[in-house]
Amino acid sequence: MFGLASRKKLRSRGVMGMNQRNVAFIAQYNDRKLYPNVDNKLKTKRLAQRHGIAVPELLGEVEIQHGVEEIFATLSEHQGFCIKPAKGSGGKGILVVTKIDDDGFHKASGELVDHDYIVRHISNILAGLFSLGGSPDVAMLEALIRFDPVFDGLSHQGVPDIRLIVFQGYPVMAMLRLATLASDGKANLHQGAVGVGIDIKTGAAVAAVQHNQIVTHHPDTGRDLSEIKVADWRALLELSASCYEMSGLGYLGVDIVLDKNRGPLVLELNARPGLAIQIANQMGLLSRLREIENLDRVRPPNCNERVDYVLRHF
Amino acid sequence: MLLILVLVVLGVSHIFHRHVNDGVPLTPGQQIAIWQVEAEITFTGQGGSVTATFALPNDPNFELIEEFTASPAYGVSVERDDENSRVVWSKREASGRQTMYYQGSFKLARAAPKPNSETPPEPVSIPTLAEPYQSSAEAILALAVAQSGNQQTLVTQLIELLDSENQNLAMLRSRLSRTETFVHLLQMAEIPVNLVRGLQLEDGRRNQSLIPLVRMYVDGEWMLRNVELSSLDEALPLLIWLEGRPALLDVEGGENSNIRFAISEQRISALQDANQVLQGSEASIGLYNLPIAEQNMFKGILLLPLGALVVVFMRVIVGVRSSGTFMPILIAAAFIQTELLNGLIGFVTVVAVGLMIRSFLSHLNLLLVSRISAVVIVVIALILLFTIFAFQLGLTEALTITFFPMIIMAWTIERMSILWEEEGGREVLVQGGGSLLIAVLAYLMMDNDLLRHWAFNLLGIHALIMAAILLMGQYTGYRLLELQRFKPLSE
Repeated sequence: MFGLASRKKLRSRGVMGMNQRNVAFIAQYNDRKLYPNVDNKLKTKRLAQRHGIAVPELLGEVEIQHGVEEIFATLSEHQGFCIKPAKGSGGKGILVVTKIDDDGFHKASGELVDHDYIVRHISNILAGLFSLGGSPDVAMLEALIRFDPVFDGLSHQGVPDIRLIVFQGYPVMAMLRLATLASDGKANLHQGAVGVGIDIKTGAAVAAVQHNQIVTHHPDTGRDLSEIKVADWRALLELSASCYEMSGLGYLGVDIVLDKNRGPLVLELNARPGLAIQIANQMGLLSRLREIENLDRVRPPNCNERVDYVLRHF
Repeated sequence: MLLILVLVVLGVSHIFHRHVNDGVPLTPGQQIAIWQVEAEITFTGQGGSVTATFALPNDPNFELIEEFTASPAYGVSVERDDENSRVVWSKREASGRQTMYYQGSFKLARAAPKPNSETPPEPVSIPTLAEPYQSSAEAILALAVAQSGNQQTLVTQLIELLDSENQNLAMLRSRLSRTETFVHLLQMAEIPVNLVRGLQLEDGRRNQSLIPLVRMYVDGEWMLRNVELSSLDEALPLLIWLEGRPALLDVEGGENSNIRFAISEQRISALQDANQVLQGSEASIGLYNLPIAEQNMFKGILLLPLGALVVVFMRVIVGVRSSGTFMPILIAAAFIQTELLNGLIGFVTVVAVGLMIRSFLSHLNLLLVSRISAVVIVVIALILLFTIFAFQLGLTEALTITFFPMIIMAWTIERMSILWEEEGGREVLVQGGGSLLIAVLAYLMMDNDLLRHWAFNLLGIHALIMAAILLMGQYTGYRLLELQRFKPLSE
């Protein structure tokens, strides 16, 4: 009735619901005191650099209102940049400037904005407009990601990123998120971005969904989504798996972008990754999560061993 | 799990205690009857010292609430012991007509006393009547025994014989009243029997006297029968005033004594009655001892757990998204003041107009704190404006819009506006609609008379709500809306 799935069927397919995620995984495997490691992107970045995990380069940070003007000197040295709130969530408050010239600043959307616009945006970040709970925040400036041409024609404006769920250090599921016109250049699935399920063993597309419906081609560019195969998949798995040691979180969402020059970079970590990845992969998370929960190990396996396990068993 | 169990036990036992021991009714507006019985005692004093002893009722089916006596210059004492209660008036010198009053208020006892049927009392041996009455009595009894099979039918036969034209009966009745005859015959038949006198409680009756009744032990239980010609109205409660044969009134030093009863009925709220009992007791530390203003405040506050229950249910079990976790409860609390329709129209209008003005404010590029402060002022201005308009148009119902918490409205507008900019109008409708849906459901719960009554007067309900919330907090199954969301996965 009303297009509802039967509970029994969902359970038999191992689909995880929000309540179960919250109680049985996030509350159980994610120590609350470790949350700042991922909720504060500046902290994540420093931590990643210490662990030798590749991340987009940090150009600068603004902590106080009168520090805003000082960063323009830094900005002018770069072709493009990205301004983010350190404690933002869900992609809120991210400003991407792809080109700076005499006309002003060119946003990723093609819009041309002036110096004051940038200042206001940073002021909003500092006031806590984008942060969780509205607490005062820090603005961070990152080098622009020159995304890998393999994804050309796959994304409307925004950078396509790969979301992996890493459970106790094992990457269990992956999804490529493509911005669309409908999602306004954002990679949020519930806003209409396309989610492409990626086979965790090979890096090849398995299925794609938009608005909960199966799609085969990108709605804006018309590119066939089934052709997608992420190159050097093992490196990506290793990168995501290594975020476990770095963050200490047992149930982790890792967002990775592919940079033309630097290869896979960790964009951000998420202590409460969403469940849409199950729809994109057309399978539930639970069977893999339970398999890893039941692993009997003498000593904690290292990153390589975990990736080996994933490639052999899933 | 243990905690939930403890909470359930605590809640249920508290409600049980409040209901059974304190008599707090389970539904609001329940009333109980209070019977005011006034006995007017008159006699003529003979000029010497006078002692009037008036027996008081000792009926386990009734509870005495309060009593008064009134008498001109008499010393009064009320004596109570397990067996008898009485009021004694005394005066050194009294002559002429004396009048004194006793007034008692009674209500039906909550806990019905156990039927007094443990051990059958021994039949008392009675003095034989003088002849020819004794022979007559024996003849009647023999006749009744012959026509009956057991005690039950014997009693029926005796009552029938009382109404018959029997010669022997006429003989007895020349000396004894109907009831006395009946009692005597039963005693001869060795049926334990007691003469009692009771008062029928009917509102507005005056000049009543006690009605003689027969209480007898037949087939293992006590039963009460009226054998007088004036029949009892079974529907009216009967207050047993005297049991056995003590005198109702005993006047020493007076004559021509007379007693008249007047009865009036009062109806009071059962809740009020229960709380009066509580206040009278020593352990009267509680909600009802607070000043009325504080009590009224708690009447509101104690509704919030109901709202919280709705929020938890809608979010955890159904999966409705709302903007702000507990904002819906605050909106619902405001709805209680404004009535639902007024509240809904008022809230949606203020938020909609507020959103428009907020979109203008976002062009000014203000810092967050000042922008929200500006929105607060805008909300106040809007509410003021609406109220003035409504008053001019004579829409007094719309005046209640002032009950909405302004800061909450301002935050709602701010949050909705950011949501609009970042996630689009659809998300605003989803979350705004979700909030209103939860608010309306919470309002319907919080405005329900029965639930309001429980929330304030039977505090144990809050332990039950807590248990339900804890229980839902452990629910790891699918939310109702997830069944729709994950539909593509079940195919």
